Amino acid sequence: MPSIEILGLEKTYQVGFWRKRPKQALRPLHLQVEDGEIFGFLGPNGAGKTTTLKLLMGLIFPTSGSARILGREWTDPAVKAQIGFLPEQPYFYDYLTAHELLEYYGQLSGVPGKHRRHRIEQVLHQVGLRDVQGVHLRKFSKGMLQRVGIAQAILHDPKLVFFDEPMSGLDPMGRREVRDLMEQLKREGKTVFFSTHILSDAEALCDRVAIIHKGEVLRAGAVDDLTSSVRGKVEVIWQGAQIPASIKALGAECHVTADKVRAILDEKHQDAVIDALRRERLRLVSVTPVRTSLETYFVEKLRHAETTAGSMAGGV
Amino acid sequence: MKSSIPHIASNTFREAVRDRVLYNLIAFALLLSGAAILVGQISIEIEKLVVINLGLTAVSLFGVVIAIFIGIGLVSKEIEKRTLYTVLSRPVRRWEFIVGKFFGLAGTLTVNTFFMAIGVFAALFYVSHRFVRADALIFVALYFIILEFLIVCSLSLLFSSFSSPLLSAVFAFSLFVIGSFSADLRNFAAMAHGVSRWLATGAAYLVPNFSAFNVITSIAHEQPVAGQLILQNTLYALFYAAMALSGAVLIFEYRDLK
Repeated sequence: MPSIEILGLEKTYQVGFWRKRPKQALRPLHLQVEDGEIFGFLGPNGAGKTTTLKLLMGLIFPTSGSARILGREWTDPAVKAQIGFLPEQPYFYDYLTAHELLEYYGQLSGVPGKHRRHRIEQVLHQVGLRDVQGVHLRKFSKGMLQRVGIAQAILHDPKLVFFDEPMSGLDPMGRREVRDLMEQLKREGKTVFFSTHILSDAEALCDRVAIIHKGEVLRAGAVDDLTSSVRGKVEVIWQGAQIPASIKALGAECHVTADKVRAILDEKHQDAVIDALRRERLRLVSVTPVRTSLETYFVEKLRHAETTAGSMAGGV
Repeated sequence: MKSSIPHIASNTFREAVRDRVLYNLIAFALLLSGAAILVGQISIEIEKLVVINLGLTAVSLFGVVIAIFIGIGLVSKEIEKRTLYTVLSRPVRRWEFIVGKFFGLAGTLTVNTFFMAIGVFAALFYVSHRFVRADALIFVALYFIILEFLIVCSLSLLFSSFSSPLLSAVFAFSLFVIGSFSADLRNFAAMAHGVSRWLATGAAYLVPNFSAFNVITSIAHEQPVAGQLILQNTLYALFYAAMALSGAVLIFEYRDLK
């Protein structure tokens, strides 16, 4: 059973004060997120990521379409007891301490009283917030607030967690900890749906991703499938600073760094390069197929979408 | 599913206390003790009358100001600061949020009124050196003031559910002022003719009838309050607050939280 099935959710706002005009924030969105996977929802700022999450959380209402979460209608209150949500740049009641805030959210989520205290300590430890007893949230840094946000999202041990830009405001150490936490959630059998525009995070974590741009999903699939589509190049590294003429002739793109040469060339020339290195008695260090990074794929996809939209507008 | 109302109400109360709302009690205590000392020196035989009038009017005004200024921000501030996102993404229904906020504010005002009432009785004891049976009538006035707060809280919440804090404050305060003169409005409606009569009658019944809750002067003169008025005011306040809250819920249920 999929954890999330989005069935044509669409959102159009009426903008303008006197003369209202429609502005489509999300085109009919169809998406399926499988149980137990980490799903990345990628897109530039203003692409419709937060709108989608707000729709799924019931914070805004769709113009049309529906969704099913954990097998139930997404508006069913029972669903909300089983999901956790971290909004983008979260802001909390700053007159409370982290413990009081989590106590309040625990009550709202129906965490039984006797487990609550223990659970609060557990999640605060999990997100790396220690020694914050008695400190009001108004004294927390942005990164600490983000950690509190993650803690409140997992406090009630939800089956499905939605994170909107979870790495925002975190230092490299904090980002690493959040990555580890997401992997841990996956190991516990939970489904994680997170939006981000930091593609290295998505590439490192996600089983599948969807790329959204201007309210429309451009592509969805496994990270490997998306990045493998532009394969066909190899990276060859050898010791020394010498670049044989025969390798240059193959059209290799070479970079010399300290005592190594790094060449990128077509996969079909791989054997010829190795032969040339043998002839020249140069020590081969590695031969690696070049995978297009998710970032490259993402940028190309977005450029293509912009070009298509531009040419269509020009045609009209 | 358990109700979230008590948790939301207690958090609202805690917010008011930590935002130092109850500090108004200090201003109230200063005002009342100053007045008691002053009237004790200058007035002859009317000290008690002045203290009851001044004390209860201050209780009412302080409370109304708090009800409006907290009430107008209860929903809009949560939307603006996006604290609502992590509340409504839990098993909390929107109507529970509104009702919880209402009870939280009403609770804050009741506690505030309790402390102010102690101040009123203390000032009264200071000027008259003893309590008499008729002083118990002050409890009726305080009860009416609390009923008045329920209406003001619900109206502030209603305006807060669709309008900006500034406009909500203007609407709520205007309604409080007009409602305080609703007896005059009803008299005017009775005397008017034609369309004006219809309009004035409609307005008179639409605005909250706060003049019916003001028994301060008669209590200061030790005149008893009819049981029927207590019952009428109770039912009226509960009905009016319920209607305004229903309106707030209805608007909030369908509102996009952008």
